[in-house]
Amino acid sequence: MAILVFAEHANNAIKPDSLKAIAAATAIGGDVHVLVTGSNVRGAADAAAKVHGVTKVLLADSPSLEHPLAENLSTLVVGLARSYGHVLAAATTTGKNFMPRVAALLDVAQISDIVQVVSSDTFVRPIYAGNALATVQSKDAVKVITVRGAAFSAAAAEGGSAAVEAIEAPAAAGNAKYVGQEISKSERPELTAARVIISGGRGMQNGENFKLLEAVADKLGAAVGASRAAVDAGFVPNDYQVGQTGKIVAPELYIAVGISGAIQHLAGMKDSKVIVAINKDPDAPIFSVADYGLVGDLFQLVPELEKALG
Amino acid sequence: MKVLVAVKRVVDYNVKVRVKSDKTGVETADVKFSMNPFDEIAVEEAVRLKEKGGATEVVAVSLGVAQCQETIRTALAMGADRGIHVQTDAELQPLAVAKLLKAICDKEQPQLVIVGKQAIDDDCSQTGQMLAALAGWAQGTFASKVEINGGEMNVTREVDGGLETVSLKLPAVVTTDLRLNEPRYASLPNIMKAKKKPIDALTPEALGVDIAPRLITVKVEEPAKRQGGKKVADVAELVEKLKNEARVI
Repeated sequence: MAILVFAEHANNAIKPDSLKAIAAATAIGGDVHVLVTGSNVRGAADAAAKVHGVTKVLLADSPSLEHPLAENLSTLVVGLARSYGHVLAAATTTGKNFMPRVAALLDVAQISDIVQVVSSDTFVRPIYAGNALATVQSKDAVKVITVRGAAFSAAAAEGGSAAVEAIEAPAAAGNAKYVGQEISKSERPELTAARVIISGGRGMQNGENFKLLEAVADKLGAAVGASRAAVDAGFVPNDYQVGQTGKIVAPELYIAVGISGAIQHLAGMKDSKVIVAINKDPDAPIFSVADYGLVGDLFQLVPELEKALG
Repeated sequence: MKVLVAVKRVVDYNVKVRVKSDKTGVETADVKFSMNPFDEIAVEEAVRLKEKGGATEVVAVSLGVAQCQETIRTALAMGADRGIHVQTDAELQPLAVAKLLKAICDKEQPQLVIVGKQAIDDDCSQTGQMLAALAGWAQGTFASKVEINGGEMNVTREVDGGLETVSLKLPAVVTTDLRLNEPRYASLPNIMKAKKKPIDALTPEALGVDIAPRLITVKVEEPAKRQGGKKVADVAELVEKLKNEARVI
């Protein structure tokens, strides 16, 4: 049976986390169909049709789908799911919001946040903040799965030539409506897609001091992240948070500045290829996972680093 | 308005969990348990709604082994009015939990259910959404702010790009994110008072819910250990290593 992947998109392109979910679907094996939803999103559907490995694109284009409300998305996906063996979405806040509804309405389990495909019914997923890896098997008729982007390489955005088929959107649920959003504006790459990330913790002391990190980020084309402590203290907005309950990242280079390294933070970044830690406490747990630790005052070392990067 | 909160007994967040040598799970003998931190936020929000006059009764529900009663007592000490304990020694997966909570909602008819956005043991992040689906209710997940106005509520949600606000018709399910509130510590007099508050005992059978697990855990393993711990002397050495050894800049 074919696999259905729900794809998120922006500016007529499929988002990296969804390209990774498509890669996970390809690893399961079989025809990969992609669902694109929204209002006036033909361009995104055309982009999905070009993704390597995609054999068909379903386009649900309707004003009722302009915002990804879980109540409406789940009704749409449940209507499609019974003809598929698997339904996948990225484990983003959108995927995590509506996919459990899909699973419950189908009366099947959801397999959250998979990091490996073992076979078409067996998957590996982290538990206890990534301190253990569970291999789980599902006998349900439809496997509803969210995919941890950090664990998969993105499917190529070019190379495919799938057909786009328009489908009906169900009537909007009357019990939920979108009111508004405050989206952080940034010229920097998104955390989950960045090649380099520099994150600050409680040691930054205030939000103003994050400018030191931004200066380094500018030199490296990096995204800026934060620990929960820094977000809770109000230094930076919630969407900066890296950790068990925030964003899970695995960049080429992760620079942790003034972050002690609670297990909840490590859970969100310990699969980074190279980790650098800058902290004044030589016994901070972050150093135990760092490839390169630098002990000292961040207010001296970070500007020095920025200068050294030329 | 009645508010129902679900509270899960989990391995305490400070415990460094160890995988069992037979790979069947993690070691839970002689380990400290406490209420899932996101559920503490759920209880706090429900109690604040009651204190502000928006809620008339707060009911705390926990599902699982006998010791879940301690978790319910913690919620009662924080200010919940009464408890419901669905006792079972069987493994409960999120779909089964959602079905049990749905059965309890059918009896209790709450206008609002507040649960944590995820449990820190299985990290599933499913129960609230599944309950909302089974009940046919609206949901406001990953909430950082909740405002109730009559039969509707506005929920501000923490999403990947920032914040999003949705308007929901009650009854509805809210799942809590970290910034919703800071849970209180129960005072000693309130801990004493909580001992006298009632806890109803139920079973999955009595609620007519099939709780059979849908996922089979094949094995649980420790992740590969990171070889960290190396230190560099100064910024110059760091930049040199990143360029020539790690080759990431």
